[in-house]
This record gives sequence, C-alpha cells and structure tokens, in this order.
Amino acid sequence: MRWSKILAMAAIILAIAALGITAAVPLPIFKDVAWLPWANQTILGLDLQGGVHVVLEAKDTPSAKVNDETMKRAQAVLERRINETGVAEPVIQRQGERRIIVELAGIKDPEKAVIDLIQPAYLEFKNELGQTIITGADLKDALEARDPNSGQVEVDLTFTKEGTGKFAQATTANVGKPIGIYLDNKLLQNPVVEEPITHGQARITGYESLEEAHTIAILLRSGALPVQLNVMEKRTVGPQLGQDSLDRSINAGIVGLVAILVFMIVYYRIPGLIADLALIFYALLVLAIFIGIHATMTLPGIAGFLLSLGMAVDSNVVIFERIKEELRTGKSIRSAIDAGFRRGFVAVFDSNATTLIAAIVLYYFGASMIRGFAVTLSIGILVSLFTAITLTRWLLHLTAATNVVKDPRYYGA
Amino acid sequence: MFNFIEHRKIWYIISLLLILPGLFSMVTRGFNLGIDFTGGNLVEVRVEQGVKIEQVRDVVEGLGFAASNNIQKSGTTDYIIRTRELTEDESATLISTLERKVGEVNLLRNDRVGPVIGRELTVNAILSLLIAAVLMLVYITFRFEFKQGVVTIVALLHDLLVVLGVFSIFQIEVDSAFVAAILTIIGYSINDKIVIFDRVRENSRMRKKGESVEDLVNISLWQTLVRSLNTGMSVLFVLLTLYFFGGTTLKTFILALLIGVVIGAYSSMLNASPLWVDLKLREKKAAAK
Repeated sequence: MRWSKILAMAAIILAIAALGITAAVPLPIFKDVAWLPWANQTILGLDLQGGVHVVLEAKDTPSAKVNDETMKRAQAVLERRINETGVAEPVIQRQGERRIIVELAGIKDPEKAVIDLIQPAYLEFKNELGQTIITGADLKDALEARDPNSGQVEVDLTFTKEGTGKFAQATTANVGKPIGIYLDNKLLQNPVVEEPITHGQARITGYESLEEAHTIAILLRSGALPVQLNVMEKRTVGPQLGQDSLDRSINAGIVGLVAILVFMIVYYRIPGLIADLALIFYALLVLAIFIGIHATMTLPGIAGFLLSLGMAVDSNVVIFERIKEELRTGKSIRSAIDAGFRRGFVAVFDSNATTLIAAIVLYYFGASMIRGFAVTLSIGILVSLFTAITLTRWLLHLTAATNVVKDPRYYGA
Repeated sequence: MFNFIEHRKIWYIISLLLILPGLFSMVTRGFNLGIDFTGGNLVEVRVEQGVKIEQVRDVVEGLGFAASNNIQKSGTTDYIIRTRELTEDESATLISTLERKVGEVNLLRNDRVGPVIGRELTVNAILSLLIAAVLMLVYITFRFEFKQGVVTIVALLHDLLVVLGVFSIFQIEVDSAFVAAILTIIGYSINDKIVIFDRVRENSRMRKKGESVEDLVNISLWQTLVRSLNTGMSVLFVLLTLYFFGGTTLKTFILALLIGVVIGAYSSMLNASPLWVDLKLREKKAAAK
C-alpha cells in the first residue's frame, strides 16, 4: 500500500464531493453566501419557469412601409415597452429583414404580455371634422394616476414643447366643440373643449383599474409602433407547466444518472467506480461552464446534456473494453491501462467529432429551441473528451499506484 | 463463433421488411403533421377536477375554433386543444370563455404557429440533413475511407426511414422536436458505425496473410459487440427515464430517439459493415478482371 497515493485519492474524492454538495445542498453554515448552492445560479429558460417566445413579422400597410429604419425603431419601441415592465433578461432580436424575436421568461401572464407588445398604441386627438390635430409622437410623458377626490383612474398626458403649442392652438380653435381621443383608431373619449388648454396637459379617463391605466401609460410612453407587427409563431409556457417540467427534468436526470452510475460499477468494478467519479465531476463541470458563460438552460438543453452524458459513458465503455482485452493478453494493470487508452482514444475521438459536426449543423439551421440542445450537446462533448480521457486515465493510474487492489479481476479481466 | 457477415443477406432482408411497410405508409397516408408544420394553435389547459371533455368541446366548438376530435385529455385534469390559428384576442376569448363555463383554468401552454413557419421548418430540416451528411462523408473519407463514408450514409438513411416509417404507420404526431430528434439520431447512431470502422481500420493494419475481408470485419464486430451493447443499454437507460419521468413536451422527441438508438445499433453492425464488405469484394472482383 502506498499511503501518499491513497491520501491523494481521498483528497480528490473529497474535493468532488464538496463541489457536488455546495452545488445542490443548502448548507446552514453558508446561509449568508448569496451564490450558494451554486447550481441555483443557472439561468432557466422560459420553458422551465414559464414565459413566452414570440416571432413577430412586420407587415407593409398603406401608411407605413417596412424598411431597416422602421424595423430599428420598432425594435426600440419593443425594448422600451419590455424594460418598463421590468422583465429580467429579455431577448429582443432582429431576425432577417422583417422579423423580431422576443423572449420573456418568468412572467406571470405571458399571453397578456404578447397582446400588449403588439398593440400599435397609436394615439390621436381628432377634431369634429376627423382631422388629426396631435398624435402620440408629441407626447413627452404619460402617467397613470388616481384622482384623489373622485377616485377615478386616469392617464395623465404631458405634451412636448412643440406639442403644447399645437394643442393650445387646436383647443383655442375648437372651444365648445368636441375633440375625440383615439387609441388605435378606437374612440376612447370625446370631451367638449370648455376653454383653450395652454399648459400642455391632458388626461384620459374611464379605466377600470390602476393596472389597466398603468399598461396604457407604458404603451404611450414607449411610443407607437412604426409598423404593424403580426405574430408568426408564439410559444407560451404557463408558470405551472414550467415548474412541472423543471421538477420532472431534475427527477429524470437523477434517475438516469444513478442508473448509469450503478451500471458502470456493477459491470466494470474499479474502472467503473473511477468512471463514476469522473462522470459526476463531468456533470458538475458542464453545469459550472453553463453558469460561467451565462447560457440559458432549457428543456431541449437538458436533453442535450443527458445525451452528452451518454456519450461520456460511451467513451469510458470503449476504453474499458480495450483495457479488458489488454489484461487478457497478460499485460500488467498499468500497461493495460495505457494501451487501452491509447487504442481506445482514436475511436472515441472520431465518434465524438462526427457527433459534434451534427451538433454544429443543428445549431446553424435549427430554430432557437433546437439551438439550446445543440449548445449543451457541443459543450458536453468537448468536456467529456477531457474528463473521459484525461481525468479517468489519471485517476485510474492513481488507483493502480495505491496498490490497494492488485487483482486484475477487479479491473475487469 | 457466429459469423455476422456470412448471414448478411438475412440482415438485408430484415432491413427491407422494416423499411417497406413504413415507406408504403408514408406514400399512401403520409404523416400526422402537428401545428409546427400545418400552422394553428395548440392550447394545453389544466382545469378543475371533474370537468368533462364534452364541456371543453362545447366551448371550443361554440366559438368555432376547432373540430371536436382535436380535443384530447392528458392526465386527470389537463386538456390539449388543437385549433386553427388563433389571433391573440381569440386566444384570450377562448380562455375567458372556458373560465366562464368550466371554472378555474390554468393555461399550461399555448403554441401559435403561422403557416409560413411550417414551410421554413421543412426546408431547414432537409437542408441541415443534407449538409450534415456531406460533412460527415468528408470527415469519414478523411479519417477512414470514402467507401466507409458511403455505407455509413446509407445505413443512416436506413435508420431515418425506419423512424419515419414508425411515425407514419402509427400516425404519431410529428412536430419540430421530431426534426431535432432525427438530426440527433443521425449524430448519435454514427457513433456506433465509427467505433466499428475504427476497429476494422486497426485490424486491417495488422491483417494476417490470407485473412478475408469477411473474417476481418466479423472479428471486428465481435470485438466491439460488448461495447455496442453496453453503450446502447446506458443510453436506453437515460432515454427510458426521460420518457417516463420527463414530462409531456419531450415525449415525441424521446420516442424518436428510442427507436433511432435501437435501429442505429442494428444498422451499424448488420448493415453498414456487411455493405462495406460487399463493396470491397466488388472492388476485388473488378481488380481481378
């Protein structure tokens, strides 16, 4: 027995165990450390916490043509609208010439969010003859409020300097006549002008709740959409389904992992145990990389991860079968390990490379959900090449060097 | 020792028997295309205990959104409703009407897909399959040899046809996850083929005089058999746990992978390698002439 090697082995096992425990178990001594357990730092995709993925396409209308400039403005309006609602880490992306992809995760009512998002929010004040006197473009600010006396909910509008001038002029010209307030061509109110309004303020009333007024105020503040946006594709996941999927994935992951771990030990004994250590480290490393690069974990992403876990096992299986063969030819344990790795490596490398090719193609041509799958699969393959080859080999040598187990039978012979 | 190569005609016939019914079904009946291809909405709701399917159907039909056979119960309190494409306002109407008629409704998911998306999905899927196939052929030619690349692609096509066939015969709904599954099967089942050809490559370097191609491949198959079975089993473990514990949204994806992994292992051993032997023997014959 070589005690130094045994100690080294014990240290490694402890280190991996510590990494694993700090990842998943909330420890009372660390309860003030905000980032522990660190697995909780994973950014969850909208399919795991509820949310919506929507592809919007701009359509030409008689009044507005789609071009690069209007698309940029439309994107800016969407960004303002989303930021005002305070959604964490939204995705707002141009795709091609006339599409914008929006992803909102962790929101309570994804369906309503989409309705608000695509609302043109084109505000107009029109005189009796139907002529437009002022539009939302002249707005400086819009705020919801509750009238302290009547309790009536309203949206208070403040016009820009230029708008104030226009509004003063129009109200002066229309005393005693009605001025209609239209939102998206729908008449909201039709108040009669009592006297000229020169302070540049107006209000819209008639809302049922402060929340409703709040939404309208946000829309008006963010400005009108310069083009008409239509929903091409929408994937809404309710918070309940997101939670269900997350719980189930974690369960499936644990059951699958344990099944593999048990299988490896039963079938390959000492090397199986080593491979299990390497696999646990592998799983933790992939998770850490994921958190490190701020990647979003989605349901297809988890599937890709589990598949790469299968590939990592395969790498070990290929090599261990080789080691067995070498042992059968009468080689010593240590030279059998070396020969097994040397000969198995080529097969492992080639088979992983071809899968990596498929994953990369998938990334370039797949829809955004499939991309998550391709990303985890690729990261998983690259990491597994490291853990299954380098780490497992090093650990196996270390184990052999401890001289605790000398019988080749425990190495599969 | 059982000779895999000697009996290769049997494996070819089995493969044909696996492919032909599926092919026939694909031509005559096609696929049960989901909304990802056809366009439309898929709404999944969780309702209170005791709500009957007829109640849900009445609401959907009353609004004129869907045909009655497109409402499906999933689990005890969940319903999957397939409709024509609904605007955002129509979706909201559907939910509020349901709430009025059957009580509390928890919207689990609402997928809306426009008709253009389906076309794009199909085009992208075919394009990525072709590109992946070409890249793999190039890689295998570079690392192994061209003929092994060709039989690998043929075997992959075989895997693809079997999976497509099963989905057509049983009219299992095909969606965008299925497309991803097909590409994954390609990426995964190529592993088996590569590991075997790697062994063939290594063995042919140390080939004894007078050893035939058939024997060479047969020995390689035997040497990689345990690995193929063990790896196949561990992947099946993972997939089966995902299938039974993994939630409804991934079911089609996992099912396609399950079929693909099994059929991929079969074609790696009993299609790709024997076909390569046939190509090699033909090469020899041509040289002898």
